[in-house]
Amino acid sequence: MNASAAQPVIEVNELVAHYGSRKILDRINMQVESGEIMIIMGGSGSGKSTLLRHLLGLNRPTSGHIRVLGVDITRAPAHTVHALRKRMGVAFQGGALFSSLTVGENIKLPLREHARLDEATMNIMTRLKLEVVNLAGFENLMPAQLSGGMIKRAAVARAIIMDPKLLFFDEPSAGLDPVVSAELDELILRLRDAMGMTIVVVTHELDSAFKIADRITVLDHGRILMTGTVDEVRGCDNTRVQDLLNRRPRDEEIDADEYMQRLTEG
Amino acid sequence: MADAHTHPQPTFLEQLGRATVDAVEEFGYYFLLFVESIYWLIAGPFRHQPVRPPSIAAQMMTIGVAAIPIVFILSFTIGIMLAIQGIHTLKTFGAEQQVVTGIALSVTREFGALITAIVVAGRSGSALAARIGTMQVSQEIDALRVMSINPVRYLSSPVLAAMLVMLPSLTYLADLSGLLGGAVFTNLELGLSYNAYIDRTLDALVVDDVMQGLNKSLVFGVIITVIGISNGFQVTGGAEGVGRATTRSVVLSISYIVVADMMFTYFLNR
Repeated sequence: MNASAAQPVIEVNELVAHYGSRKILDRINMQVESGEIMIIMGGSGSGKSTLLRHLLGLNRPTSGHIRVLGVDITRAPAHTVHALRKRMGVAFQGGALFSSLTVGENIKLPLREHARLDEATMNIMTRLKLEVVNLAGFENLMPAQLSGGMIKRAAVARAIIMDPKLLFFDEPSAGLDPVVSAELDELILRLRDAMGMTIVVVTHELDSAFKIADRITVLDHGRILMTGTVDEVRGCDNTRVQDLLNRRPRDEEIDADEYMQRLTEG
Repeated sequence: MADAHTHPQPTFLEQLGRATVDAVEEFGYYFLLFVESIYWLIAGPFRHQPVRPPSIAAQMMTIGVAAIPIVFILSFTIGIMLAIQGIHTLKTFGAEQQVVTGIALSVTREFGALITAIVVAGRSGSALAARIGTMQVSQEIDALRVMSINPVRYLSSPVLAAMLVMLPSLTYLADLSGLLGGAVFTNLELGLSYNAYIDRTLDALVVDDVMQGLNKSLVFGVIITVIGISNGFQVTGGAEGVGRATTRSVVLSISYIVVADMMFTYFLNR
């Protein structure tokens, strides 16, 4: 790959996306540099989950380009995307562990499918990753027997089993108590420092965002309001950003004509 | 944006058009899923993404081996039912003894395959839709895709392979137990010995009769697989969506099975 240190790990160019006829993302431009923790923050319906799905190549955009690790995933052929995905890991919101497999088998699955290793080696690598996420000794349990925090940590172990360069987190602290969520933040920082990964986190949790972020991208109504360091976001005088930071309900002005049209159309 | 010229109430023609397009689209989806599942079974090893034999074996157990008791009992019952009806009808002509031929032909050519397919559609078609639908809802399918594991190869191909082996096997079993049911009833009702029953059955049957049932069961296996899995993949809207997909897949696969059965029987007997 030609991804030198200077080249950003992720580069999004003029990304536009629709669900049906509704525009979800409007001309998104962003870059994630190598080795940084980028937080994509926004309220519900801001388009942050959709943006993540596009970064993962799960959805096709209406227009625009996304380059991940030097590959344009909106245009690349299937086998290139296939190879690319072995170099990235994703920890989904609900963990997305396969409920019919044990925790150990879940974590081992990418190795089993993509690497030619004997069973003993795979077992050692699985236990290594379980140690990293503090779940040693749980490999023979089923996902249903784990607590919410443990499921998320097991999902992280599965995401890093192939030693990816790039790691995505979808709402890591959703549904967790403050202590467990703080532990997960520590884990994210540790992964970056120990393994030099580039990490993209989608979240709406302010505390955790400010704690782990190198840079924050604030999304609102499918547009990027601002991108900056923690201090820059805190000091930003945009009212929508401040609404998000101070948990103020938004008071949007209603356009009378548009309002009437919404009521009467169809 | 919504087209300003669309009628608020769609006309009959518009509804018919939409329904037709949807049906064609869905049929295309089924067909592509079938082609892709076969593709991975054949080309998987060359692309270093083989379909794992253990997962095929696991599917064979749940689809085939676990269905043996129910298939046996139902086919046995159908055999008895055919004997009762046959004897009743043939009594009018005083030709009760001919019932053996009737049972032999209708079990092997028709009922063995049909009963097996309906049982498997009810057991496994619904389970497939529910399992894959749940995986869709809990983002497990997305997780497979971002791990570079093709969901069709990982989830659909093993099921199709298992189905193509197990449905004919189960149908063969159903043929035998249906004939056995007929034998037991004719023995009790007409006092026909088992040896005589076997002799007459073998006289009546040719290989082609049995093959007709087995060939149809291959088609039924494909129908159950693609409908169950497609409906699972297309689930949206949480637990309720999974329930809808499950019901839909059972109703659809049984309907398609019956229609396909009729068409095949027509063409195979010309």
